[in-house]
Amino acid sequence: MTRRRRGEVSEGDDLPSLQVRVTRADLVRYAGASGDFNPIHWNERAAREVGLPDVIAHGMLTMALASRLVTTWAGDPGAVVGHSVRFTRPVVVADNADGALVEISGKVVRRVDEGTVVVAITARCGGQSVLGQATVTVALA
Amino acid sequence: MALDPSFVGRWFPVAGTYQVAHEKIREFADAIGDDDEIYRDPGVARALGYSDVIAPPTFAIILAFRAQQALLCDPDLGLDYRRIVHGNQSFMHHRPIRAGDELVAMLHVDGVRTMGGNDMLTVRCEITDGAGDPVTTARSVLVVRHSDEECDR
Repeated sequence: MTRRRRGEVSEGDDLPSLQVRVTRADLVRYAGASGDFNPIHWNERAAREVGLPDVIAHGMLTMALASRLVTTWAGDPGAVVGHSVRFTRPVVVADNADGALVEISGKVVRRVDEGTVVVAITARCGGQSVLGQATVTVALA
Repeated sequence: MALDPSFVGRWFPVAGTYQVAHEKIREFADAIGDDDEIYRDPGVARALGYSDVIAPPTFAIILAFRAQQALLCDPDLGLDYRRIVHGNQSFMHHRPIRAGDELVAMLHVDGVRTMGGNDMLTVRCEITDGAGDPVTTARSVLVVRHSDEECDR
């Protein structure tokens, strides 16, 4: 494994996309790992009480999947120097084996300097975008 | 209830240090479904020039989230914890977090404002290492939802 080199990257490059099925069990596991035990991420009653249609995924889990797309492509997670997202729609996770399917794609949109590029991320669930203004800044080798 | 604007500009230090453990990095990588060996095998990390395994880029949320808890639970701020949704998140990494780090977190309230009937709170968590050098700056915008319309999205 090596960090992707600047000469291998051009504006307009598409990153290999990622499809991840997120189930209730994944949300419980992420709650434990992150320390975010807000019940709207595991308890349907709590979610409905605050007006949500059902349990929703942690926004930070969706952001982590977005960064995973980029770290895999970059060959080195330490290449990620900046990461920014807006959470525009909740990822609703049904209480069944299908859960929610999150589809992540990315494209190199800008060169900040010779060795640094910005990747724009698109994250969709159920045909709708769930992240806005999602970017990852990558320092290339 | 509007958020108390007197909180803006204040620092909330987090007591103690956070020791980054190998197993915690592995647990976090498992939870985001990432099987990259750099999160598990020090040999792989060393081949990339790191002294030990490094953490995924969003691992810093663990520290930011802990730092936020004390603030969000302060009754003087006037916040209904259950109505908070995460609006925005950004990380600026000065260097990757790695196993063995002893990290210190400080939370700063950057701003409070009301938009579309919802209160928005912007906080910044500055994470430094044992030498006092910057590791990560994590900014969060937290939205406190008040209107049912917003909740029905």
